[in-house]
Amino acid sequence: MNWAVFLPYLAVTAGVTYLIRMLPLTVFRREIKSRFIRSFLTYIPYAVLGAMTFPDVIFCTGDVRTAVCGTAVAVALAWRGRSLLTVALAACCAVALAQAVLLLI
Amino acid sequence: MKAAFRQGIRHGIPIALGYLSVSFTFGMKAVGDGLTVLQAVLISMTNVTSAGQFAALPLMAANASLAEMALTQLTINLRYALMSLSLGPRLDGSMGTLQRLAFSFMNTDEIFAVASSQPGRVGKTYLYGLMITPWLGWASGTLLGAAAGTLLPAFIRSALGIAIYGMFLAIILPPSRKQVSVRVVTLAGIALSVGFRLIPGINRISSGFAIIICAVAAASLGALLFPVREEDRG
Repeated sequence: MNWAVFLPYLAVTAGVTYLIRMLPLTVFRREIKSRFIRSFLTYIPYAVLGAMTFPDVIFCTGDVRTAVCGTAVAVALAWRGRSLLTVALAACCAVALAQAVLLLI
Repeated sequence: MKAAFRQGIRHGIPIALGYLSVSFTFGMKAVGDGLTVLQAVLISMTNVTSAGQFAALPLMAANASLAEMALTQLTINLRYALMSLSLGPRLDGSMGTLQRLAFSFMNTDEIFAVASSQPGRVGKTYLYGLMITPWLGWASGTLLGAAAGTLLPAFIRSALGIAIYGMFLAIILPPSRKQVSVRVVTLAGIALSVGFRLIPGINRISSGFAIIICAVAAASLGALLFPVREEDRG
């Protein structure tokens, strides 16, 4: 892509994304008094990550059957409190294994 | 000081590995959409956001206006404002304005999730350790994908796609098991998100906007049903 076209796009995407992340961390810095808002902010990570994981994880490999295998392995290991890396790699291996099994059937 | 940095690095490695696979796909797609390898890597080095970057590609290819580009990024990435707002009170005294300006750049979904799962307040040494490998992973994965994506067999590419979700699950499930409140919030977020995808009409809402609605609704439900006590906040 022509750099004269590309650079304004780069500046806008990077600039907007940075401002969204930066303003709440720098401008709003006083202690939050409201118990509701404090509770809300405590729960936000779980709400966001839950919503980002499902249903997307079921479609992320291009084949629902292999994705379900990977998800099942990830859920089982994560539930037992295994580390991020263990869960992520085991999920990848489960998907690869499921793909191999599907090829053999 | 050093121990905190090392711990940050250690927590960043799985994120970086997850990023490698996702940014690899981004690099492949960017080159397919007419960007050069250098342009693809520059986007990853300056944006560091998966959904926003993927959404920007078709807009660039279609010669969209800068206003439309800005609005799309705002909608998809607005969730980061919630995350920054949530993490802000958890930062310790070492995080002055300059440090906050630097950290803002890397407050991604995964870094936020790991940072906010730390007990107590988090400081700059830990956060810098946590930031560095994911940024390298995100940039180098893009480079690899843009330069050599088509060389990798398809079955490996699709298996890598689940890594990021495995990481998410490892973050949300252990506290969901221990606390009813977190379990309810997580399940509410999941149920709403599935609803947004499946219900005709509603499923035309962009995924970035849908996530904001789901997250705000699920976290509000949690705050109403299970308001946190002062001593719960690490």
